[in-house]
Amino acid sequence: MRTGIVVFPGTWSDRDCSHAVGEILGEPVRYVDHRARTLDDLELVILPGGFSYGDYLRCGAIARFAPVMEAVADFANRGGLVLGICNGFQILQEARLLPGALLRNASCEFRCEWVHLRVEQSDCAFTLDCRPGQVLRIPISHGEGNFFADAATLESLERAGRVVFRYCAADGRVTAAANPNGSLRNVAGISNARGNVIGMMPHPERACEALLGGEDGLAIFRSAVHALTRVAV
Amino acid sequence: MALEEDEYGTIVRALGRDPNDLELGMLGALWSEHCSYKTSKALLRQLPTEGPQVLQGPGENAGAVDIGDGLAVVFKIESHNHPSAIEPYQGAATGVGGILRDVFAMGARPIAILNALRFGPLDEGRNRHLFQGVVAGIGGYGNCFGCPTVGGEVYFDRGYADNPIVNAMCVGLVAQSRLRRAKADHTGDVVLLVGADTGRDGIHGATFASVEMDERSASRRPAVQVGNPFLEKLLCEACLQLNELDGVTAIQDLGAAGLTSAASELAYRGRRGIDLDVDRVSRREQGMSAYEVMLSESQERMLVVVRPQAEAAARQIVDHFELHADRVGSITSTGRIRIRDAGAIVADLPLKTLVDGVPLRSPAAAFPDKPPSPVWPAVDEPEAILLDLIARPNLRSRRPIYRTYDHQVQDNTVFGPGFDAALLRVPGTGKALALTTDGNPWYVALDPYEGTKAAVAEAARNIACTGARPMAVTNCLNFGNPERPQVFGQLQESMRGMADACRAFELPVVSGNVSLYNETSERNIPPTPVIGMVGLLDDVSARCPAGFQEDGDLVFLLGETREELAGSEYLRLLGAKLEGRPPMVSLEMERRLQAALLDSIGRGVLRCAHDVADGGLLVALAESALFGGRGLRCPAIVGPVSREAFYFGESQGRVIVSVLPRRVPELQKLMAHHHVPLHAIGVVGGEDFQVGSEIRLPLDTLRAAWETPF
Repeated sequence: MRTGIVVFPGTWSDRDCSHAVGEILGEPVRYVDHRARTLDDLELVILPGGFSYGDYLRCGAIARFAPVMEAVADFANRGGLVLGICNGFQILQEARLLPGALLRNASCEFRCEWVHLRVEQSDCAFTLDCRPGQVLRIPISHGEGNFFADAATLESLERAGRVVFRYCAADGRVTAAANPNGSLRNVAGISNARGNVIGMMPHPERACEALLGGEDGLAIFRSAVHALTRVAV
Repeated sequence: MALEEDEYGTIVRALGRDPNDLELGMLGALWSEHCSYKTSKALLRQLPTEGPQVLQGPGENAGAVDIGDGLAVVFKIESHNHPSAIEPYQGAATGVGGILRDVFAMGARPIAILNALRFGPLDEGRNRHLFQGVVAGIGGYGNCFGCPTVGGEVYFDRGYADNPIVNAMCVGLVAQSRLRRAKADHTGDVVLLVGADTGRDGIHGATFASVEMDERSASRRPAVQVGNPFLEKLLCEACLQLNELDGVTAIQDLGAAGLTSAASELAYRGRRGIDLDVDRVSRREQGMSAYEVMLSESQERMLVVVRPQAEAAARQIVDHFELHADRVGSITSTGRIRIRDAGAIVADLPLKTLVDGVPLRSPAAAFPDKPPSPVWPAVDEPEAILLDLIARPNLRSRRPIYRTYDHQVQDNTVFGPGFDAALLRVPGTGKALALTTDGNPWYVALDPYEGTKAAVAEAARNIACTGARPMAVTNCLNFGNPERPQVFGQLQESMRGMADACRAFELPVVSGNVSLYNETSERNIPPTPVIGMVGLLDDVSARCPAGFQEDGDLVFLLGETREELAGSEYLRLLGAKLEGRPPMVSLEMERRLQAALLDSIGRGVLRCAHDVADGGLLVALAESALFGGRGLRCPAIVGPVSREAFYFGESQGRVIVSVLPRRVPELQKLMAHHHVPLHAIGVVGGEDFQVGSEIRLPLDTLRAAWETPF
């Protein structure tokens, strides 16, 4: 899986993503500069976490104007796999590759902790290896991850099965107590209509080793590998 | 300006003339307590600073220690108390920013941040404002920069009202072959100023940090800098690449006293001189004088010294990160710092005078009597007391604080915040680093010598509980106004205790910082030495957690409990006056205990180990139960001391451990071998925390108390 990890000024989970995909899964990885104009050699593009351009303005609002974002849009339109993690999810929304907005956490505080996610959609490229309803334990680390969309958008996402992950309790129940940031309907991750672009607030790259607390994040990267193999066949 | 009259005389004698305003400003900043250590230097000399593991001791941007595999761990702790008292968010944020720069100036990638914090009681609005601002500032900077905040401690006491303690420690990693010193030793090298433009913020920050605070301090708000963690991230990545470039001779952070301090220290360390053109410095504001440029403490700036032939390559790296580099000067062989403005020389000082010329001070010291401990009341209802204790701000769960810090980024965090020590794997090896900060303020207040020994001992014990071997120390000395004999006496005694303890544990002090004049309206803070410590675990798979692991495991107390209650959280809960003798540390006993711990963890005998610290034995047992989510059943536990001292006393040199039943004989043998007392406590399991017939608390009840929000 030829993977490109986009590095904006202020990105910091680039190295963690590279560790997960490159060293743990052993797939070829390269960094993609924010000024790059072509992604032709890649099969998966990751927009990692961080504070692009400091995020002093609305998160991701400046990053979407980086030259690489045009290439990311082309890549996505041609069916390439795109995974936006945390700040990457925010950037994909700002770039209109995904709908909705991520508001300030309802607690008004940054939150870094392990949460549980229920896999709502196991047909998308990043969840092929999961069972529907499977619970994954993955950390979040954000101040602005409170998913919002207007009622019509939210309804269409639900109907089309584009809500990929929801925050849930350890047993899979979707409860208010399990919602770490106030997201509407506990939405933690969504996909585009075609299912090749997803954005998620939790950090799967932080959950790829038992030593660091869990391996559930591997399922997401492995799914992408399998999705690509399936396409190739 | 914080210069004394006799210091001015010394300057005139050294220069053979009166200094001009700019020179006086530069001297005032570098001769301030904050930059010159003039009051503490003589005392600091008694600390051990050498050892086979030391790659870089005090005197550089940070210390460095050999951890094998060709790697060095680089670390330092620093205070930002005064700025945080005035503007808590920016004060704390720039404290983090400054210590990060100290570490990446050494060529090391910052991998962890820790914080030691002290505030007044939170039921007062002003203290709460400071607490919330400081916590938000630490998170705001570290989270954006992308360095995990993995540990530290926070205590609350009336003595810190209006004068909080904000100490930030940073730890980094670098290949030893790339360990960088800020020493400009090539005449003709080019001096580049990289990073932020220079503004009027923070002028006289070093001076501000060297005088007591009063009602006018709020008007010194412009002396507090404003942080830009995004720029710092770019600066860090640029410096790490510059560090790999041949022809870069030195990298130096601009911190206290800004360009003046950075330029003169660089050149002085390399036994050279330096010429600077202030008009080449990019400004954030118009009309800045040479004085303002030289003394600005604008953040996120770095001096990079390069051989002339490497300048183009260095600029390419800086450009890649969309930063700019001003060519502000060059290294000379004059031994002087010369400042030019529009071609004219506006300051010309011998570096020796500027950096090293301040007369050392040794103020009068007073040592109050140490009265013996009074007799304390017997404990009535241990169950209610335990519940109250564990909900106290000094003991309750720190989760509401640390969950606002990214403690995982960089994917190295094995044990995050909330335990005895944080544990981070060393990427590319099977090793891990254990990190902690410690400093119980009440023990030091009762007896600066014993209390500081206890801080070193506790830090080492916290590290040993994870299975790691303590390696080296960084210290931050937060004290009141040293011109008051009692305060200087505290500092003297504290240094003596630190030196004795570090020697006994063979722990060199490789870096540190002194913050004096923590005095507000004539009230001095409690003496607050903070120990930052780094330990090495050779095999991360041998790590030992702090929580109970399996039902049926047997729990033991290692070490000796004495009739010691003074300074305890228990007595504070009862509202008793702070008096008596704090817990005493037998350095010999402590060494044996830690050797025994490391031996048994290394042999895989222990399932968990947790330091018995603030709150005493029952609190430690409750914490291990809560960490592991498992209950505990103890028969009535009887110690050799009074029940209150056994339950709630804070005798040092003690650790609770759990073991598989079949390994108990091994544990007994090991403890006998190391001459460490072993006391059976109980069995892990069930839904309750149960001690004899006196205490039976459902774990959920205990947890609810422990998780009382701040």
